[in-house]
Amino acid sequence: MAIDVATLTKKSSRVFQRDPESVNSESMREQVLELEAKGEWIVPKVPEPFVEVTTKFGRTKKIPLAKTWHHKSCGQCGHIPGYSTAIFWLNRKLGLDYNDPKDQTSCTAWNYYASATSNAAAQAAVALRNFAAAYETGYFPMIHCATSYGHYKEVREELVHSPKLRDEVKRIMDTMKKPMVMPEEIVHYSEWVHVIRDKIAENRVLDVSNIVATVHPACHYHKLVAEDAIYDPDVYGGQRTATVTATLQALGAKVADYSTWFDCCGFGFRHILVQRDFTRSFAVQRKIEVMIDEANPDVTITHDTGCVTTLDQSQFAGKANNRKVGLPVLSEAQFAALAMGAHPYRVCQLHWHNTDNRKLLEKMGIDHEARWAEFEGDLEKLKSGEKEFLSWEDADA
Amino acid sequence: MSTDTSKYADVPYEDKLRLFEEVKSDERYQRYMYGCYECGICVAVCPSARFYDFSPRVITQTLAREDVDLIYKQMNEDVWDCSQCFSCNKCPRQNSPGGLITIMREVAVKHGLKSAKEALEGYGRIIYKIMATGTQVAPDMLQPSAFPDWGPHVKGISDNLEWWRRALPPETLHTTESSWQVSEKTLSELYLIWHMTGVMDMIKEVDEGLHMILMDVMEEKLEEAGFDLDANTKD
Repeated sequence: MAIDVATLTKKSSRVFQRDPESVNSESMREQVLELEAKGEWIVPKVPEPFVEVTTKFGRTKKIPLAKTWHHKSCGQCGHIPGYSTAIFWLNRKLGLDYNDPKDQTSCTAWNYYASATSNAAAQAAVALRNFAAAYETGYFPMIHCATSYGHYKEVREELVHSPKLRDEVKRIMDTMKKPMVMPEEIVHYSEWVHVIRDKIAENRVLDVSNIVATVHPACHYHKLVAEDAIYDPDVYGGQRTATVTATLQALGAKVADYSTWFDCCGFGFRHILVQRDFTRSFAVQRKIEVMIDEANPDVTITHDTGCVTTLDQSQFAGKANNRKVGLPVLSEAQFAALAMGAHPYRVCQLHWHNTDNRKLLEKMGIDHEARWAEFEGDLEKLKSGEKEFLSWEDADA
Repeated sequence: MSTDTSKYADVPYEDKLRLFEEVKSDERYQRYMYGCYECGICVAVCPSARFYDFSPRVITQTLAREDVDLIYKQMNEDVWDCSQCFSCNKCPRQNSPGGLITIMREVAVKHGLKSAKEALEGYGRIIYKIMATGTQVAPDMLQPSAFPDWGPHVKGISDNLEWWRRALPPETLHTTESSWQVSEKTLSELYLIWHMTGVMDMIKEVDEGLHMILMDVMEEKLEEAGFDLDANTKD
């Protein structure tokens, strides 16, 4: 007999006490600092001002507000560039200093999880090269992609436990004439959005209280080195990560629940690239259709590259097969930016998304026809040579 | 998930054992493998188990039992079904079946197992992008021929790619061949990492043609940057 979703998601009065001292989980931060004391690496501290949050088992984690070095995501920048642009736009709009580096490579973990054509030493060296590049600028790394975030935490654990691996990476860093650097905290951009959510809400210009949203928590955010993700007793009773959901609630949107929230999106790393029959089936049948059946949302919101891509792009084939699809997919950064008045095409670049989102925009009170006409005007200026690129000033015109 | 190993009966046991010993000697192995309660939680949360004949539990138990013949079969057939989402990290015994599979895949690639070559067919251009440009999912990969199941929307992007990229406010994103602008110095440092860690040798095992193309791209840049390849290749 099937259990209905209301039973599954019923709020419990039970209070779960978190105690970082009593769980079988390591505090990486302490060990990272111990290795700094032994001269093994430099540990850049989270710059002030920062906000303290609690993680899954109650450890305190510091999240910087500004002076952040943006470790961009290849999938976001390449295929859904409004995702990255919205993150930068939020920084600019709130007057928070940031650095968008060219001295940054991808974490290369998408390829590693897809093809295994790499190894622990290479992956660790890529991570530390990027951390060293951030250190050289004086800015603190903030990671846009959940896979980079999760993988770098795996790398941190491996380096902490293995003097041999540290030696191997040091040999490479020495050849590059770069220092060994491991930041005090590994921070995902959605954690930053989480801690500035009230600021975002203060700057909201659109009423989104009529918007119903489902949340897909990204696997590599809350399952990979799970103890480092943000949890809050006031959000899902502390039983699921609070990132994304708390931001939507702060904005006033209605967050609707569904039974397959723990399922991944179907991305699969290699599957999304070369075996998409699995990806499409999983995304449509286990996520999109379940969300529509159980919550009938206006949008689903997530916080990672692969999840936005998979959940959005997979719906076209679902439609061709008469499946229940047509649910817009956005990152919470894009949704927050829209609520703060960002242009849907100049900033959030929604024309790169596949599933029709115009109905959502209408419900949010955005005149998408007028905004698209403005964007087409921008393109004309680029094509005529009047402008070479669209600037931040143009984006906010 | 099939446990029939007869297909690989001709492979000498010593060869299979050597591969298993390599998996087992990976420093991560001890932290990914503690035992198995047979509770099945990893299977319940596994997306691949829903759509394939695949079980993270069977793989973990096989490794725990050190069933060398079956491990060899799994390295040849099953490990490529895993989604690497790490939902299976929910294991109450604190195993990481997904992590174990990462190691098994890595060893399969390193030794050029046929399954690895087959699994990575059609994947060469993606390896090329990540290793050569430092970013994996470049805008110019959005071609209708590569993503026919994503519909006409992809053609819309590829037709307008140059202008849509120019219409991005962040200046680092005005690129079509890479996801963002990566400096030349950064790229040469990335190439150095691939060489010094033996990754180029792994590529050679699975795709010799791709290895040659990458070497062409990298050698000149590394020399220009003053890195001595002979002195800095993995022992």
